[in-house]
Amino acid sequence: MPEMKYDDYLVKSRMPLFWCSGCGNGIVLGAILRAFAKLQLDRHNTVVVTGIGCWGKADDYINTNTFHGTHGRALGFATGIKLANPELKVIALMGDGDGATIGGNHLIHAARRNVDITAIVVNNFNYGMTGGQYSGTTLEETYTTTSQFGHIESAFDLCRLVEAAGAPYVARSHVLNVIQLEGFITEAIRKKGFSFVEALSPCPTHYGRHNGMKTAPKMMQWIKENAITLKEAEKKPQAEWENKFVIGKFTDKESVDYSTRYEAVMALAEASVSKGVSEREG
Amino acid sequence: MNRISVNTAWCKGCGICAAFCPVKVFTQERDGTPVPEYQERCTGCKLCVLRCPDFAIQLEVSGDEPK
Amino acid sequence: MNPNNSIRFIQGNEAIAEGAFAAGARFYAGYPITPSSEIAEISSRRLPQLGGLYIQMEDEIGSIAAVIGASASGKKSYTATSGPGFSLMQENLGVAVMAEIPCVIIDIQRSGPSTGLATKPAQADVMQSRWGTHGDHGIIVLSPSSVQECFDLTITAFNFSEKYRTPVILLADEIVGHMKEKMIIRKPGTYDVTDRKQPACDPADYKPFQADADGIAPLAAYGSRFIVRLTGSTHDETGFPNSKPENADKFIRHYTDKIENNKDDIVMTKEYKLEDAEFAVITFGCSTRSALEAMDLARGEGIRVGVLQLVTIWPFADSQVRALCSRMKAIIVPEMNLGQIIREVCRVNDSGIPVIGVNKVNSEAITPFEIMEQIREVSKCRK
Ligand SMILES: Cc1ncc(C[n+]2csc(CCOP(=O)(O)OP(=O)(O)O)c2C)c(N)n1
Ligand code: SF4
Ligand code: SF4
Ligand code: SF4
Repeated sequence: MPEMKYDDYLVKSRMPLFWCSGCGNGIVLGAILRAFAKLQLDRHNTVVVTGIGCWGKADDYINTNTFHGTHGRALGFATGIKLANPELKVIALMGDGDGATIGGNHLIHAARRNVDITAIVVNNFNYGMTGGQYSGTTLEETYTTTSQFGHIESAFDLCRLVEAAGAPYVARSHVLNVIQLEGFITEAIRKKGFSFVEALSPCPTHYGRHNGMKTAPKMMQWIKENAITLKEAEKKPQAEWENKFVIGKFTDKESVDYSTRYEAVMALAEASVSKGVSEREG
Repeated sequence: MNRISVNTAWCKGCGICAAFCPVKVFTQERDGTPVPEYQERCTGCKLCVLRCPDFAIQLEVSGDEPK
Repeated sequence: MNPNNSIRFIQGNEAIAEGAFAAGARFYAGYPITPSSEIAEISSRRLPQLGGLYIQMEDEIGSIAAVIGASASGKKSYTATSGPGFSLMQENLGVAVMAEIPCVIIDIQRSGPSTGLATKPAQADVMQSRWGTHGDHGIIVLSPSSVQECFDLTITAFNFSEKYRTPVILLADEIVGHMKEKMIIRKPGTYDVTDRKQPACDPADYKPFQADADGIAPLAAYGSRFIVRLTGSTHDETGFPNSKPENADKFIRHYTDKIENNKDDIVMTKEYKLEDAEFAVITFGCSTRSALEAMDLARGEGIRVGVLQLVTIWPFADSQVRALCSRMKAIIVPEMNLGQIIREVCRVNDSGIPVIGVNKVNSEAITPFEIMEQIREVSKCRK
């Protein structure tokens, strides 16, 4: 295979991107394609699975194999794709509404099962595609088109959730920290087992506009100012960081993935067949 | 000197490159289109390239082999 | 009998699982629900023995998603469920239609709506199996009435799904699923197995939705030499989104046409004593069994009755039923619902003969006597 550069994975004929001016999705897309190039992923052996939402349109710009399914179900499709052919690299791209709200149940179970999939959630704190309604990660007391008096629910900490569900790789960064983000994505794809990367990202059109951050730079600045590294957080009392975005790698451990474990099931099953045959003969 | 070029067909004038360039290389036109006005300051850190959401910035760092 | 075959005394659900293995299915994803769970249990034991994979997902939405995904990776895949789970599968069933991904969904019908008379039989998912997922589309639905048909039609379901690149629904019911009968497990080589068409073109030219002259596009698997773009959104031949009205029109019609244009191949019926009949019973699934007994009872009383069993429920056997209506005095349609198949019979009843339903929704099977009663009624007033 000739050496792949990051833009060799980009579908240039469909540019410019469909996303709004300043939408962070493009930054995450760039980080992913650079990670692909760093790992020299074979397009034929890679499947990008997307859900529905603004971020869910990312597959339109990626020239590997793709699967664009339904809202919230990317990990269901990805699970079947991966388990039916464990040789494939499977990467699921989901929005916070998609992957963590309507699809939250699939997220925790995919993590628990430890299927070898990389899930990349772009968290822009709201449903961008449908006009900026609140999602499971919308922050308390912020405004969306469906929380016009201030949001009264608390937000999921997705990384802690996925970590608790058992995923061996969990990390969070934000689009301004694009180099770190790209590094996490690269490690996550390399990881055998369920890996999860959350990218905090601006949706200036909706969440930004409703919360006094009309431009992408403003919203990126806001994320940065409210971020704290995991290392710093660990040194401080919880009260000092519990309302901040904790950035860093939460988990990076070895854990036998589902397909490998299933090989043991197959071996036992095969042994049961030969036993069955001899019993019948005997 | 490093050479910065902006693909105006892809750029959406979001201002991210201008806002976060550590040495303030860019100015912006009224519609947001960035102009690498102070190219001579550019350190070649490539952050603008990596952070541009629309793949619109090309950077040739002087001394880099053109690839 | 073919010496290769073996005779077994098994349950309908077991025969369905055996049919799936025989058809080459090697991936099952599902969520347990009575009266379908035996299919999951048997699959969980047998698939790993066959080098295949069983996974129990967190719900039926994830199950059908995994089935579709596995099929895109090249494995023949299936799931089994019942009413509540079948309802949950409807959205992603549309993905299989839109992305043209072969798979088999087994619905062992039970009483509804909702949890209903949990696990008791019904035949009330006829319309749901046709129109359950939103948007215009064609669909293939087969309905077994015996344990043997459970086995045979499961193989046919996989063959149709591979041939026409479409989801196929096996619409069985609790009675047939849990009934035990003597049946023949056919041995490999004694029945047809269809595998999806593979592209013959250069990988650079492959378009996953570019139909051949037969109207069906070859489907390469993920991980092959071909790049495969699959999507549930409106797309063109390449698999990229394309929202042009003429493109949407073309593809949406295609999903219906590829089924409707092949009715000669897809629509299967069984005829019993219709040659000399004056009255016909049109039915399907478990109700076929009572209809056949009623036919014999009626003939014992000198009433010439025949039975048309709809083996393929969808696409509907328009021409067969229309022709039957034109030569019968009346038609009786027993079904364990309040009248779903009968609507279709009436739709094609150009000759305007009486069409009378025998409908039962109390979870008890329709008896031969209940059908017989209607036969007597119509035969009286027709004299
Ligand atoms: C079952 C279903 N419910 C609702 C929708 C409508 N819908 C489309 S995208 C979306 C939310 C997208 O938000 P998110 O996943 O956060 O992605 P973003 O657009 O912000 O990138 C919703 C509710 C749908 N497509 N399917
Ligand atoms: S609505 Fe928000 S998430 Fe969607 S493209 Fe625009 S900025 Fe991005
Ligand atoms: S970051 Fe990119 S899209 Fe935004 S203004 Fe700069 S060049 Fe244009
Ligand atoms: S490479 Fe760095 S210094 Fe040069 S313009 Fe871009 S951000 Fe500024």
